[in-house]
Amino acid sequence: MGTLKKLFAAAVVTTAIAPVMLAGAALAAKTSLVMGMALEPPHLDPTAGAPAAIDEVVYANVFEGLTRIGSKGEVLPALAQSWDISADGKTYTFKLRQGVKYHDGSDFNAEDVKFSLDRARAEGSTNAQKALFAGIDSVSVSDPNTVVVQLKSPAGNFLFNMGWGDAVIVAAETAEGNKANPVGTGPFKFGSWVKGSSVNLVKNNDYWGTPVALEKATFQFISDPAASLSAMLAGDVDAFANFPAPETVPQLQADPRFEVVIGSTEGETILSTNNTKPPFNDVRVRRAIAHAIDRQAIIDGAMFGQGTPIGTHFAPHHPAYVNLVERYPMDLEAAKKLLAEAGHPNGFKATLKLPPPTYARRGGEIVAAQLRKIGIDLEIIPVEWGVWVPEVFKAKDYDLTIVSHTEPMDIGIYSREGYYFNYASDAFNSTIEKLNVTTGESDRYALMAEAQKIIAEDAVNGFMFQLAKTGVWNAKINGLWENSPVQANDLTGVSWSD
Amino acid sequence: MILFLIRKTLWAVATLAVASVLVFAALEIVPGDPAEVMLGINATDEAIAALREDLGLNKPVLERYFSWVFGMVQGDFGKSYTYSVPVNELVADRITISLPLALLSLAISTVIAIPVGLYTAARRGSLADTGIMALSQIGIAIPNFWFALLLVYFLAIWLQLVPAGGFPGWDAGVAIALKSLILPSLALALPQAAILSRITRSALLETLGEDYIRTARAKGLSRRATIWKHALRNAMIPVLTILGLQFAYLLAGTIIIENVFYLPGLGRLVFQAISLRDLIVVESVVMMLVATIIIINLIVDLAYLWVDPRLRHRG
Repeated sequence: MGTLKKLFAAAVVTTAIAPVMLAGAALAAKTSLVMGMALEPPHLDPTAGAPAAIDEVVYANVFEGLTRIGSKGEVLPALAQSWDISADGKTYTFKLRQGVKYHDGSDFNAEDVKFSLDRARAEGSTNAQKALFAGIDSVSVSDPNTVVVQLKSPAGNFLFNMGWGDAVIVAAETAEGNKANPVGTGPFKFGSWVKGSSVNLVKNNDYWGTPVALEKATFQFISDPAASLSAMLAGDVDAFANFPAPETVPQLQADPRFEVVIGSTEGETILSTNNTKPPFNDVRVRRAIAHAIDRQAIIDGAMFGQGTPIGTHFAPHHPAYVNLVERYPMDLEAAKKLLAEAGHPNGFKATLKLPPPTYARRGGEIVAAQLRKIGIDLEIIPVEWGVWVPEVFKAKDYDLTIVSHTEPMDIGIYSREGYYFNYASDAFNSTIEKLNVTTGESDRYALMAEAQKIIAEDAVNGFMFQLAKTGVWNAKINGLWENSPVQANDLTGVSWSD
Repeated sequence: MILFLIRKTLWAVATLAVASVLVFAALEIVPGDPAEVMLGINATDEAIAALREDLGLNKPVLERYFSWVFGMVQGDFGKSYTYSVPVNELVADRITISLPLALLSLAISTVIAIPVGLYTAARRGSLADTGIMALSQIGIAIPNFWFALLLVYFLAIWLQLVPAGGFPGWDAGVAIALKSLILPSLALALPQAAILSRITRSALLETLGEDYIRTARAKGLSRRATIWKHALRNAMIPVLTILGLQFAYLLAGTIIIENVFYLPGLGRLVFQAISLRDLIVVESVVMMLVATIIIINLIVDLAYLWVDPRLRHRG
């Protein structure tokens, strides 16, 4: 009995001390980070899939491109240390960084750049953003450290495009295996992947640039918003760059252990409208809808107040943004008058197809309630992405839908032929054409402003709000991004303050 | 006995064949193209066509069905569209969580439920019986995910005894891995235990009313010995039935608990595969589950024979 008691006592003491010792060890050298993410990437090759979750793990951490998008959306040199643009804007000469090694130890050189760009634009390519490379006429290697890219026509945003995750540089030998075992040039190496649970990255000690402060980074996938909150509160997860439970943010804000940073994304959340389908082919109907939408009510009701109202398809944090929110102020009388002029004094019935995200499902109900006030009776049809893409996006079989367009600088989609808005404007198209061949910053901004005004004037879609990025992290973490100009969790500047 | 096994096997094969047709047909009808979902809305038609070709989606329906079925017969369940790894591998990963979780929950629920059922049946009508049965009613009524959230709140956030969720993998050490399964298995087990204890109690009460129990008591056997020797074994048939159903549920139907604790189990694999239109994963995993449930039922049938010798002679 006596020995049993002693054993028991020993066990109690050990269990009581162990956590303290562990905590002590953690304080001494915290060089690991657990980042929570709502969705798990299906694989880890950013050049072969659209899901943002892929870039959110590997962009800038594992893979690098010729250029890199910084935290403010600026274009920074990456594997290309500098570049020259010819006077006609069609020839880009990239000077590459020397002494760069892939994680498998092989050397990076100009052939890899040619391989990566040619692979992305090749006929059998499964690159999800193949359009980024469509303007490339040829890629040639002039010496191991110099690549010349010839464009078919000048493209003002080419350097930005080369900073996308879909344009990262991969080695021919490892390209096919990148889905399961990504081999890049970045400051972190792929460590392991517990499928369905987490991806581990470890520090790359042979990195060419500034070494990262973290030895280890774990991306933990938690799809349930309530579970995300528990994980944060229990300290299992150190940070959520995109916290999925906005309704619990006040609780986290009140807790001194955490820092809550509400930034902006590239996600213009809009009531997409089928511009060729009656009655939406009548601009008066679309303007009536614009007058009937109360943006702030949608932001408050669907997003718990997080989001910025927009009046056009452009990110409010961009220097070229024009505030057009007041072009169609909330005015039910004006809306009813426009509807009557268009021949619908008593309104009409239409459908509203809603994909799964909260902004669409919750926002859609509020939009439907708001439009009912002017007699537009919307039937809400919830759809999965797997249905939304073929039905709405491809076949354009819809009246209205709600989607956040999260690609950066994507106002050009309004000039795309056959895009699902079914919008066609010669004035808009010629503005975008001019923009594509203009490289001077102030001229570009003026054209961007013009483009924003044209689509606002035509009330192409119901412009609602810019999706917020709600970051929550341990108050001792420095260097996480406030905004997300690209879909990424760039950990290169992240460190713990003690 | 042999005849019984042969008949059961034939039934199992027929069930599997019908299930394969239903599963395949259902997923053919569901709208949504895996290639489109994988490449997103900005993909060019060309890229989607190239991917469809890569995935073998351009082949005729019948050819795809039969190559899938013949693959499965040979143990090849195909390759996931999204993960690009064999389905076998994916399932093997997930089974290392789902199976221990199911077994652990089943063990906890049985260890609680059988004694509670025995105790309350033996003291029918007592205060303890009424109290425990009221508790079990609550246990059945409480949704397991809500109970899970309570457990997380008290044990993980407040007391910080166990992690709030996640699974570090068995590589991290058996103790650490088991620790992460404590809360989910409790959350799964307690509602099941509530059901099982009620079943045990009512089955026991029913057998306790039988003539042979009275005979056993009349020949002088104590009340306790009567319950242990005569009543319990006869009451096991409904208990085994429920246990079989619960095990099947614990293996495949734990998606909500997996979400609350963000565990990478089988349920979430199927759920993700459905939303990403990873059809081959959905089809193959559903078939594996159908096969597992058939096997569980077979084991339960065999267990009936073990507890009730009369059934052995019915052919």
